[in-house]
Amino acid sequence: MARRWRRWLPGLLLVSPSIIAIGLFVYGLIFWNTRVAVSGKHDEITPYGFDKGRNFVDLWSQPSWPGAVQNALVFTVAFVGGALALGAFLAFLMDKGIRAEASLRAIYLFPMAVSFIASGVVWRWLMNPAPPQRAVGLNQLFGKVGLDALANSWWQHPTWGMAAMALPAIWQMSGYVMALYLAGFRAVPEELREAARVDGASEWKVYRHVVFPRLRPVTLSALIILGHISLKVFDLIMAISGKQIITYVPAVATYVEIFDRHDPANGATIATYLLLAVALLVVPYLVWSVRAERTR
Amino acid sequence: MRIARPVVLLLFAALFLMPVYVLVVTSFKPLAEADPAGAWSLPDAWSLSGWRTAWDVLRPGLENSVKIAVSGSLISAVLGSLNGYVLSKWRFPGADAVFTLFLFGMFIPYQAVMIPLAGLLTDMELVGTIRGLVLAHVVYGIPICTLIFRNYYVTIPDELIEAARVDGAGMLRTYTSIVLPVSGPAFAVTLIWQFTSLWNDFLFAVFLGAPDSWPVTVMLNNTAGSGAAAVQYNQQMASALLASLPTLLVYLLLGRFFMRGLMAGALKG
Repeated sequence: MARRWRRWLPGLLLVSPSIIAIGLFVYGLIFWNTRVAVSGKHDEITPYGFDKGRNFVDLWSQPSWPGAVQNALVFTVAFVGGALALGAFLAFLMDKGIRAEASLRAIYLFPMAVSFIASGVVWRWLMNPAPPQRAVGLNQLFGKVGLDALANSWWQHPTWGMAAMALPAIWQMSGYVMALYLAGFRAVPEELREAARVDGASEWKVYRHVVFPRLRPVTLSALIILGHISLKVFDLIMAISGKQIITYVPAVATYVEIFDRHDPANGATIATYLLLAVALLVVPYLVWSVRAERTR
Repeated sequence: MRIARPVVLLLFAALFLMPVYVLVVTSFKPLAEADPAGAWSLPDAWSLSGWRTAWDVLRPGLENSVKIAVSGSLISAVLGSLNGYVLSKWRFPGADAVFTLFLFGMFIPYQAVMIPLAGLLTDMELVGTIRGLVLAHVVYGIPICTLIFRNYYVTIPDELIEAARVDGAGMLRTYTSIVLPVSGPAFAVTLIWQFTSLWNDFLFAVFLGAPDSWPVTVMLNNTAGSGAAAVQYNQQMASALLASLPTLLVYLLLGRFFMRGLMAGALKG
C-alpha cells in the first residue's frame, strides 16, 4: 500500500499548484461572484447583504436586459449558422484537393490571428450605414457593381442588426470551421467511398450516405466552440459599436454595470446568467467527451 | 463543376482579403485622402505619415504587449507541459476528475470571475500591473495548455515510461530524459496559441489593466475604436495593422504549427 502511495504522490504534488490556482481562480471566484449576485449590493458603498436571489428576477424588468438577451440570440443564430455553413461549404469544395490548397487554407484561416479590436476598425467602415447618395464601404461597393438592392443599414438595423454584427465573426471563425471539416472529410477512409462507388452510388450519394454521417462529431465540436464564443462575444461589439443600446449583449452589459453604473450586484447577476448559459452548452459535451475517451 | 470549384474558392478568398485591402490602402494614404468615400481606391500619393503617428501612439502599448505575451506564454507552456505529463503518464487517483474540472475552466465567460478577481488582485497589489495581467493569463491559460500537452503526451508509449521507472528513474528524471526531449512540437503549438491569445486579449486588459500596463489592444481601441474622437483614418488603419502584425507574422511563419494547435484545441475556441 505504502509503495503505491509513493508512486502517485509526486505527480499530485507537481500538479498541485495548478489545482490550487484553478480551484481558487475559477471555482472560488465563481462562488464569490455568485455571492455578489445575491448580495443586493447595487452601489459601491452598501455592505454585502442577501436579497434571496431577487436580483435574478428583477433584472428582467430592467429596460436594457431583455433586449440584450434577444441581441445575443440573434447574433448566435446568425454567427453559428453562418460560420458552420460557410466553413463546411469551403471544406466540401476543397475535399477532393485543389491547386494552391495551402495558400487558400492560409487565406481562409488568417483572420483567426487578428483581434476583433483590430479588425473592428475596418469592419466599422465596411458596414457603414450612410444613405445611397453618400454611400461608403460595402454599400458603396454594392452600388459600383450594380447590386444596390443589397445596400442596408448593417448593425444599425433595429431588428436584424445583430445578424450584420455577426459578419466579422463569421469572417474570423469560418476558416477554423473549414479546417475542422476538412480534417473530418479526409479522415473518411478512401476504401469506404470506393466501396460505395463500386455499388453504383453517384458521387453525391457517396457524400450523403458515407461521408456526411461521419462528420457528426466534427459538427458537434464546431457547434460547441462557436456557441460558447458567441455567448461571450465582447471585443467585437466594443470595437464596432461600443456600448450602444442597439447592440447591447450580456457580456457588454456586465462591463457597463460594473464600470459605468457602479452596480456590482447587477454585473455579477448578468455574469452568472452568462456562466449558466455556457455551462448548459458545455458541461454535457465535456462529460460526453471525457467518457467517450475512457471507453476508447 | 470542375471549373466552378476553383472559381468559387477564389471568390471567397477575395472576400476574405477584402478588409485587409481596405486597411492597407487606407493606411498608406495621406490624411486628406483617407476618407471612407474613397475606401476602395488606391492612394493617389503614397504616404507613411499614418504609420509614423500610429507607431508613436502605440509604442508603449506594443512594449506592454510584448512583455505580457512573451512572459505569459513561456510560463504557461512550462506549466502545461508538467501538468500534461502528470495527467497522462504519472497519474494519481482522481486525475480524470481533475482534468475535467480544469477543462471547464477554459470555457467559462471571464466576466463571471471579473468582479472578485479585480478585488483579489487589488488585495495582492497586482491590479493595474503587468505582473497582474500575466498572472491572470497564466492561471486561465492552464486548462488549454494542459489539454494540448496531455493530448500530445498520450501518444508516447507507456512502455517507455515503465522502462525508465524499472531503471529506477523518478518522476522528474523520467520527464527530463524521456518526455521533455520529444516535447518540441507541443511547446511550439502551446507557445503560438498562448502568444496569439495573450496578444489579442482585450477583456482582461480592460478590466484589470491601467494606463501604464495597457496592452496594444486597449490603446488601439482608445485611439481608433468606436469611442475614439480622432478621425485620422490613415492612422487608425495603420494602427490596426501595426497591432496585428506580430500575430500575423507568427501565423505566416509558423502556420503549420498553428494549424496543429487548432486541431488540438478542437475542444476549445
